[in-house]
Amino acid sequence: MTVRVQEADFDVGAELERLTNGNRRIGGLVVFVGLVREMHLRDGLHRERIEALTLEHYPGMTEKALEDIETEARRRWTLEATLIVHRHGRLEAGDRIVLVAVGSPHRDAAFEACEFLVDWLKTKAPFWKLEETPVGEKWVEAHEGDDAAAARWAKK
Amino acid sequence: MKVRYFAWMKRTVGVAEEEIVLPADVRTVGELVEWLRTRSSGHAEALAAGAAFGAAVDQRTATFDVRLAGASEVAFFPPFTGG
Repeated sequence: MTVRVQEADFDVGAELERLTNGNRRIGGLVVFVGLVREMHLRDGLHRERIEALTLEHYPGMTEKALEDIETEARRRWTLEATLIVHRHGRLEAGDRIVLVAVGSPHRDAAFEACEFLVDWLKTKAPFWKLEETPVGEKWVEAHEGDDAAAARWAKK
Repeated sequence: MKVRYFAWMKRTVGVAEEEIVLPADVRTVGELVEWLRTRSSGHAEALAAGAAFGAAVDQRTATFDVRLAGASEVAFFPPFTGG
């Protein structure tokens, strides 16, 4: 069970190797890698590319929030290994931004828990995206769709 | 007590953090919001009644009815947009 918040990039292969580390009880490993998507700003007739953003976070609270989310996933599913690595600082389109990996004896638990972790971290971990646009900086607004995705996992 | 602001709220208030002496009649997060609004026009704008923002007490998400007794750090921030 590991949570890391860092400025540096991560090596997905090396992270998974270290996570499973010869654990033979793992039958399925599900991995989500989030990338910075190239976005477009529509302003009247103009349509311009947003090529970079800066991720701000709340050091201390971020780690606690991610640990809480991970603990909740382990309460709901039988998991052998979990890993969340989230980057902060300036990132460009195509850069890796987040890694979520879940190892379980069975694939269904691994798939579900991975999706749960991604949905919850988007709405419960204190990160904010500031986009660099041709007309200046702009804070990204929260999506209702993200709240709906997180709400699917409300307590049964 | 330390009060911290993040993302656009930090820019609107004008500082990332400030030390305050909590008045005796400010007992909850909601009462702190009302008191902070009186400190400057930036505070009033960032913490306006219609603004979408959340709070944390000692680095745990907190609703406005959470009591501040014993707390050392309160933070205010817009909805999260990570992932």
